[in-house]
Amino acid sequence: MITIENLSKIYGSQKVLNIESLQILTGQSFGLVGNNGAGKTTLFSLLLDLIQPSTGHIINNGVQVNTSEDWKPFTSSFIDETFLIGYLTPEEYFYFIGDLRGQNKADVDKLLAQYQDFFHGEILGQKKYLRDLSKGNQKKAGIVASFIGKPKVVILDEPFANLDPTTQIRLKQIIKELAAQQDVTVLVSSHDLIHVTEVCERIVVLNKGEMVKDIETSTETLKELEVFFGAESGNVVVE
Amino acid sequence: MFKRFSSLQWKSFFRSSNLGKSLGIKIVMGFFGVYMLLSLAAAGAGMYFILKEIFPDQSPMWSISQYFIYWILMELFLRYFMQKLPVMDIKPFLTTPVKKSTIAHYILGRSAASIYNLLTLFFIVPFAITLLFNGYPVLNVLLWVVGIIGIVLSINYVNLLINKNDKVLIGIGILLALGYGLDYFGVFSIKEFFAPVFHALYAYPITVLIPMSLAALIYYVNYKFLRNKIYLDAKLKTKSVEANTSDMSWTKRFGEMGSFLQLDLKMIWRNKRTKSQVYISLLFVFYGLVFYTQEMYSSMMPMKAFVGIFMTGIFLSNFGQFIPAWDSSYYSMMMSQNIPMRKYLESKGSLITVSIVFMFLLTLPYVYFGWDALAINFGCALYNLGVNIPVILYFGSFNKKRIELDQSPFGNMQGASATQFLVMLPVLIVPIILFSIFYYIFNLEVAVGVLSVLGIIGFAMKNYLLGLITEQYKKKKYGMIAGFKEKAS
Repeated sequence: MITIENLSKIYGSQKVLNIESLQILTGQSFGLVGNNGAGKTTLFSLLLDLIQPSTGHIINNGVQVNTSEDWKPFTSSFIDETFLIGYLTPEEYFYFIGDLRGQNKADVDKLLAQYQDFFHGEILGQKKYLRDLSKGNQKKAGIVASFIGKPKVVILDEPFANLDPTTQIRLKQIIKELAAQQDVTVLVSSHDLIHVTEVCERIVVLNKGEMVKDIETSTETLKELEVFFGAESGNVVVE
Repeated sequence: MFKRFSSLQWKSFFRSSNLGKSLGIKIVMGFFGVYMLLSLAAAGAGMYFILKEIFPDQSPMWSISQYFIYWILMELFLRYFMQKLPVMDIKPFLTTPVKKSTIAHYILGRSAASIYNLLTLFFIVPFAITLLFNGYPVLNVLLWVVGIIGIVLSINYVNLLINKNDKVLIGIGILLALGYGLDYFGVFSIKEFFAPVFHALYAYPITVLIPMSLAALIYYVNYKFLRNKIYLDAKLKTKSVEANTSDMSWTKRFGEMGSFLQLDLKMIWRNKRTKSQVYISLLFVFYGLVFYTQEMYSSMMPMKAFVGIFMTGIFLSNFGQFIPAWDSSYYSMMMSQNIPMRKYLESKGSLITVSIVFMFLLTLPYVYFGWDALAINFGCALYNLGVNIPVILYFGSFNKKRIELDQSPFGNMQGASATQFLVMLPVLIVPIILFSIFYYIFNLEVAVGVLSVLGIIGFAMKNYLLGLITEQYKKKKYGMIAGFKEKAS
C-alpha cells in the first residue's frame, strides 16, 4: 500500500528523518514509536505532503504523494487540533468532511451512530463550537472525522494522548476493529508502548530519524520495546 | 522585573520567523507615525497665529480652552478605533513567583508609553513654546502643559476602562454631535461653558493638581480592575458562545463548490473580524456620495472610476487580500483533505464574484447622478470580475501570516504584510490609469468600454488563469503551511 524509498528530511544541517526503505502492506495496522524528536510527526507530515522531502519519495497506493493529489480521496488523517475548524459545531464539521468525501448527511449520521459510546454524550448536540470544546473532546471529534468516507489509509498521530482512560480503551477497540477490515491500513504513532503493542500488528521504532527496529507484534514485543527504551534511558530493565 | 518583561516583548518580536515582513510593516507604520507627529507639531506651532487671526479680540489661550472639550471627546472617539489595548501573554507568569501587581503595573505602565499619548503632546508643546516666545508667564505655561499631560493620561486610562464598549462609543458620538449642534445653533454654548474650566489650568497654576490626581485615580481604578482579572478563567469565561446552527442547504445548489461556499459563509458570519469586514464593505456603498455630491469632482472622471472600482470591489480587496490566510488555523487539514486546490480557489472566486454583483446592485441608485455614473460602475464591476479576481487570488499565494479569526479588525494588522500594500497597486491603480488614458485621449465611452472588454477577456480566460494560479498555490503550499502554523504575536 505504502512504499517509502530513500526518504529523508533535512532542516539546515540536521537530518531529522532518514528512511532508506519501508513497505507497509495493505490492511496492516502499523505502529510508530519513538522518543520526542524521533521523527514520527515528520514522517506523517511527509505522508500527507504537508512538508517537502529533502530526498526520496513516498508512494501511496501507486500515487507519489508529492507530485499528485490523487492520494487524497482514499487517505484520511488526524494530526493535531489544527485539523479542526474552530467555528463549526462538531456536527457541521462532520458533515463538511462528509461532503468532501462524497458522503451525504444520512451516511455520516449512520457512521456517527456507531461512535455514540466513544463520544460519551459530550460531542453531539452540545450547541458548542469546536473551539469551545475541551482538548480531549476536540480530539475525539477529529479522530472520528478521520473515519468518514471509508478511507483506505487512516493516519492518526498520538491518538491516545489527552484522552481519559475510558476513552483510551474504547479507542483501542475502535482501531482494532478498523484494522480488522482487510483493505484498511491504519498508521498510529504513540508514546504509550502498551497501547501500540495492543493495537498494531507491526511496530517500527524511530530513533533520531533512523529506523532502529521493525517488529511483528507478538507477546514478547512489549518487553522488547521496554528493554530498548530502558537502555536508551540508561536503566536496563531487569527481567 | 519591568526590564525583564520588556526584554521578553522585544524577543517575541525579533525572534518571530516572519520578522522581515513585520519589520517592513512597522517601518511603514513608523514613517506614517513620524509624519503624523511632525504635522501635528507644525500645526501646534502655527496654531497660535491661526487663532490670533480667527479670533483677533481674544487670547489664543482662551480660544484653545474653548475647544478643548471637543478635543477630549474626539480623542476618546478616535482611540476607540485606533488604540490597541495593551496585551501580554500572562499565562506563563501565573505560576511563576512574579507578583500579580507587578504584571498589572507593567501592562498599565506600557500603555502610558503609547504613541497616542504623544499625539497631543506633539501638538501642545510647540504651542506652549510659541506662547513663551510671545511673553506668556513661564510658570503658568509649563504647569499648563503638565496639566494637559494629566488629561491625556486620564483619557488613555479611561479608554482602557471603556474597553471597546460599543455603547460608550455611541454615547461619546452623540455627546460630540449634540454639543456641536447646541453650539452651532446657538442654543447653549458648550464652548463658553467649558472655556473657563480649561483656562483655569493656565490661569491658576495650582489647579494642575486636579488633572494629575484624576489621572492617578483612574490609573488606580484600572489597576484594581486588572489586578483582579489576572486569572485564567477570567480570561476564558466570556469566550464560549452558544452555537447557532443553520442548515444552509441552499448552498447545495452550487454543486461541488457548495460545501466550501457554506464554510466560507459560516466563517464570515461566526467570526468577529470577518463579520465587521462585511459591515465595513456595506458602508462603503456611500463612499461615492463624497465624490458625486461635490461640485469640484463633477468633471474629474478618473476619480469616479476610482470610486467605481472601490465600491464594487471593496469586499474583493478587504476579503480577497487575505485569502487563504482566513483558513490559516486549519490550513494543514485543508491541504490533506480530499480538496483539489483548484476547487478551493474556485469557490473563493465565486464568493467574491457574488459580492461584486451584489455591491454593483447596491450602487444602482447612483444613476440619480446621471447615466455616466451607472456606466462607470458597470465597467468597473466587469473589470473587477474579470481581472481583479485572478489578480487578488494570485497575490494571495504570497500570504504566509496566520490570522486569528476572533479578533477585532480595527487597527488589527494581523496577517498584513508587504503583500497587502503591493496588491493594492494592480487592483486599484492600474484600472484608474487605464481609464484616465483612454478617457483623456478619446472619451468616456471608450474608457468604460476598455475596462469592460478587459473584464470580459479576463472572464473568458478564467479557466486558464485559474490553472496558473493553482500551480502557484501548489508551489507555495509548504511555505504557507509552515507560516500559518506560527501563532501571531
